[in-house]
Amino acid sequence: MSLAVRAVGVRKSFGDHEVLKGLDLEVAYGEVLCILGPSGSGKSTFLRCINHLEIPNAGYVWVDGSIMGYDLRAGVLHELPVRRLRGQQSQLGMVFQHFNLFAHRTVLGNVIEGPMVVRGLRRAEAEKRAMELLDQVGMAGRASSYPSQLSGGQKQRVAIARALAMEPRVMLFDEPTSALDPELVGEVLEVMRNLAKGGTTMIVVTHEIGFAREVADRVLVMIDGEIRETGKPEQVLSNPDDPRVRTFLSRVLS
Amino acid sequence: MIVRAFAVGQIRWDVVGQFLTARVIVIGFGWTLLISACALALGIALGFAFGIMRTATNPTLRFAAWLYVWVFRGTPVLLQLLIWFNIGLVFPRLYIPGLVDERMVDVVTPFVAAVLGLGVNEGSYLTEVVRGGIASVDRGQIEAAHTLGMTPGQTMRRIVLPQTLRLILPVLGNSAVGMLKFSSLAATIAMGEMLNAAQRIYFINGAVIELLFVCAIWYLAGTTMLSIGQYYLEQHFGRDATTAGYRKQWFKMSSWRAMASGEA
Repeated sequence: MSLAVRAVGVRKSFGDHEVLKGLDLEVAYGEVLCILGPSGSGKSTFLRCINHLEIPNAGYVWVDGSIMGYDLRAGVLHELPVRRLRGQQSQLGMVFQHFNLFAHRTVLGNVIEGPMVVRGLRRAEAEKRAMELLDQVGMAGRASSYPSQLSGGQKQRVAIARALAMEPRVMLFDEPTSALDPELVGEVLEVMRNLAKGGTTMIVVTHEIGFAREVADRVLVMIDGEIRETGKPEQVLSNPDDPRVRTFLSRVLS
Repeated sequence: MIVRAFAVGQIRWDVVGQFLTARVIVIGFGWTLLISACALALGIALGFAFGIMRTATNPTLRFAAWLYVWVFRGTPVLLQLLIWFNIGLVFPRLYIPGLVDERMVDVVTPFVAAVLGLGVNEGSYLTEVVRGGIASVDRGQIEAAHTLGMTPGQTMRRIVLPQTLRLILPVLGNSAVGMLKFSSLAATIAMGEMLNAAQRIYFINGAVIELLFVCAIWYLAGTTMLSIGQYYLEQHFGRDATTAGYRKQWFKMSSWRAMASGEA
């Protein structure tokens, strides 16, 4: 089985505070993994270490077979120059909690930015592909709007299209619905559900237990910077072995 | 009350009217505009260059930018003008191998001294403005660019600087207005801009206040045009910002403030 993402012994500290205490992870192609856990458990930091928005203090992350941030030559690891690290990062589509759409670009401008600047696509080509993606997330009608004119749910759907435009190997979602009004959560989860059905490899940090139960192939629960439980959603969510996971789940499920 | 005071005061309005469109004054105003435009362009270029350096990770670049701000923001602009004007006393010749070999007084004419003095000084202020603008662009915008695979240079050019420009546009408008007024300092280094021309006329005909009023009218006309230009620029760059109504209201306040305040 070929692995999309593999992490070994990932540690991260901010000052004296150790946020990630040596995490291992394997995600296969086509798999949908949901990472659950209480606030401050390090879920988002772990996701940001996977795509090297945060550089881990120790441990390595492989994406699509190559080590993030390093080049393995003649058995020795060489740190990659920033340009090549960015190339690796573009293999991972990232969707942020706060959307982070480019405020000075239209919806279409946001989606074509990466393909044109990084992948070197011609405008016509990039726009054609972007319109297909915007259609897929139901935002084709707002292509010429600016982000400030959109609702949160609309922004997040555009952000998903923007990430998909880079044709990444893996999609990462960092609490994609946490900043949304409750009535807007559904439209974003719907888009994600369709992506999962289409076979996209996804790692989703979320508080949406229902989404995890329904869509995830595997669920992982983090508490205090450690992975406490991992397995099939029905097993982890209904019958966890770890007492702290049980406490966490009983709190969010009630 | 004030109107009446000026109407009966010791001002010969016919002289004001007569000199308002006098050839030397109009040419002088042309120089005023040219100095201001060149100095502002230089200031903005330096402001962006050093402002970006201020945010660099390289400590040498950061220090160079800090030093520039420290020196040129920390000394009076009039003093800087005089130093540029007299730079030939320090370096009699300007010699760059293969490029230039001239007497300094031929290179640094009053016009060049005025543009350098005003522009370099303005650049030191704008450096801080640009630095602040860059710092206030949302960190998430940069992270999003990085996850798309954009290099630091691409991120700066395509994501950070356009948003910085929009943020600092009101300040740049103020700079333009200030620059038009500060260009009058060039009169002290024998640059024949408008104020200098007016002075040379009233030294002869004695109509001091009348000619100063002529200058005031021209400066007001210039600053008014700039304020209007600023409004349209901000509207263009603020397309994605909040509603138009808010911007209109803001324009009224800012333009009045710009015209009313003596300081830029």
